[in-house]
Amino acid sequence: MEIKAIGCEPLQLKRVHLENSHTLKVYQDNGGYTSLKKALDMSPDDIINEVKTSALRGRGGAGFPTGMKWGFVPRNSPKQKYIVCNADESEPGTFKDRYLLELDPHALIEGMLIAAFALGSQTCYIYYRGEYNYLIDIMDEAIEEARKANLVGKNILGSDFSCEVYTHTGAGAYICGEETALLSSLEGFRGHPRMKPPFPAVEGLYASPTVVNNVETLTAVPQIIEMGGEAWRNLGTEKSGGTKLWSVSGHVKRPGVYELPMGYDDMEKFILEDCGGMMRDDKKLKGVIPGGSSVYIMRGDDVIGKDVRMDYEGLVAAGSLVGSGGFIVIDETVDIVDSTKNLTEFYKHESCGWCTPCREGTDWLVKIFDRIATGGGRPEDAQLILDLVDNIEGKSFCALGDAAAWAIQGAVKRFPEDFKPYLLGEKTTSPEPKARKF
Amino acid sequence: MASAIATDYTNEVKVSPEVASFSPEVLAEINAHVAKYPPDRKRSALIPLLLLVIHREHGYVDNAGVNCLAQKLEIQVQDVWETATFYSMINMHPVGKYHIQVCKTLSCRVRGEEEITEHICNRLGIHAGETTPDGKFTVSRVECLGSCGTAPMMQIGFDYHEDLTTEKVNKILDSLK
Ligand SMILES: Cc1cc2nc3c(=O)[nH]c(=O)nc-3n(C[C@H](O)[C@H](O)[C@H](O)COP(=O)(O)O)c2cc1C
Ligand code: SF4
Ligand code: FES
Repeated sequence: MEIKAIGCEPLQLKRVHLENSHTLKVYQDNGGYTSLKKALDMSPDDIINEVKTSALRGRGGAGFPTGMKWGFVPRNSPKQKYIVCNADESEPGTFKDRYLLELDPHALIEGMLIAAFALGSQTCYIYYRGEYNYLIDIMDEAIEEARKANLVGKNILGSDFSCEVYTHTGAGAYICGEETALLSSLEGFRGHPRMKPPFPAVEGLYASPTVVNNVETLTAVPQIIEMGGEAWRNLGTEKSGGTKLWSVSGHVKRPGVYELPMGYDDMEKFILEDCGGMMRDDKKLKGVIPGGSSVYIMRGDDVIGKDVRMDYEGLVAAGSLVGSGGFIVIDETVDIVDSTKNLTEFYKHESCGWCTPCREGTDWLVKIFDRIATGGGRPEDAQLILDLVDNIEGKSFCALGDAAAWAIQGAVKRFPEDFKPYLLGEKTTSPEPKARKF
Repeated sequence: MASAIATDYTNEVKVSPEVASFSPEVLAEINAHVAKYPPDRKRSALIPLLLLVIHREHGYVDNAGVNCLAQKLEIQVQDVWETATFYSMINMHPVGKYHIQVCKTLSCRVRGEEEITEHICNRLGIHAGETTPDGKFTVSRVECLGSCGTAPMMQIGFDYHEDLTTEKVNKILDSLK
């Protein structure tokens, strides 16, 4: 697997190739914790302003401007304030945070401490998905190292600022990546989302002001403080600053985590050259889901020869979304009915069951796809599926329902030639392995 | 007849009052988890304790473990069950010594997950979702584990095994005693 920067100097990936990059020594030898020192001499408002200037947008999926989110925290509130890092990373096709957490844990600690100082918080939690247990051990060690060096704990670096950083584990639930469900889970409850407003910035963890940010968002913060918000923004575009990590999986020769400047201007080149091209030379690019499974699938012909720009606006113009930046590349051997059926199973399994449109809707999607796949397709099924997802999209309690709807809508609308033989009863998917039984 | 059915219906819930007695080391570990959260928010430690401590000590979530956590965290027994039953990694039943979880989501599927699952199941003589009669292996098919760049993959216990081939799977299974 590749981990490298293309079209820019590595920033997020600056240290990952160094031996023992996870240790405090290597981190400090390479400029680590100087941004924290600098930030402690700045006023909280100046820090927030730098982040606003940087045009950093949340890397967890929604792309919300980070500086603006921080600005919503009522800093005069007498309540405790919390910084929570979202390390739940469960979006299919997304695995960038995992490598940051494994290879550069101090960057996250530093980012969280700067956020905590700017927002008047003394407690940070990192919420890991349960499967990432080995990463918690790495982080716990990093936190202890930082504590010994007076970088975590009381009176950090001799200042008045005290802050603790704790790791916390989930236990297998995609929905806990949704920030309010994450907070329910962090409080020890089932991972059901909560009503917004109030937004977490006002009433989050333990009903206190809370900022929830993705791992990659927080590791960008020390870079922004180090080089200044404007310089960081100039690495990307006016509206989305900096560099971004893209996870690439599926049918390419070199899957991996790639750091690109925001606004990298050629998605075709990225897939067909930078990622090594198609896994099998004689197979053509059929489609790509560019933002983790939860966004519209793009057809190969909407990528090839189309100069798709890789940033928020560019991908919307091309008919999809940045999402979590997880590219799932598929070649012509993949049947879109089969791949979409696979995703319906994911959303059904991960629906938390709280609201009816999503709980029942995803279940019906699986039933319909099962029927179609086993020879029971009917001509009106395409419309049936679209009507069904229309009753999920925008009518669910949280964005998981929308995510499921988009993933399926895109496939049905954009690959009619794949659905047609099924709907005419002329085709079935290959029988599931006997192992299918749960 | 109806009354006979009603009286025969003796499926009462048996809640054992047993409370797990853990060694001082395990109790210290529990306390260390609880200490991460505000004193009036001990419930926050529930999921980590179920997954890390109760699983390791008892293999799955049993009455004794639940009663112990309810006491330690000052919550009701049913609060513990309520949370525990939501999360897919929290085992409500015993699983094999080695819990093999093969990722079945799209990126793994298009790179050969089915072949891997089939190979494992054939070797062990069980279906996914089952445990070998000797209690050594359980096989599950699970959703994306964040390893899509090194697909196909599986997790055994907490260990990731990536870029799988059938030969690699053989080596891994042979190494598990
Ligand atoms: C169903 C669902 C799953 C999500 N999963 C994640 C996740 O795994 N990691 C993440 O950082 N954000 C995830 N998000 C987005 C979060 O709700 C939230 O927007 C994000 O953590 C905010 O951080 P950011 O502003 O730094 O991106 C998810 C959202 C939804 C609706
Ligand atoms: S949309 Fe789905 S995941 Fe979200 S609250 Fe409703 S049931 Fe739960
Ligand atoms: S799809 Fe298998 S690890 Fe992500």
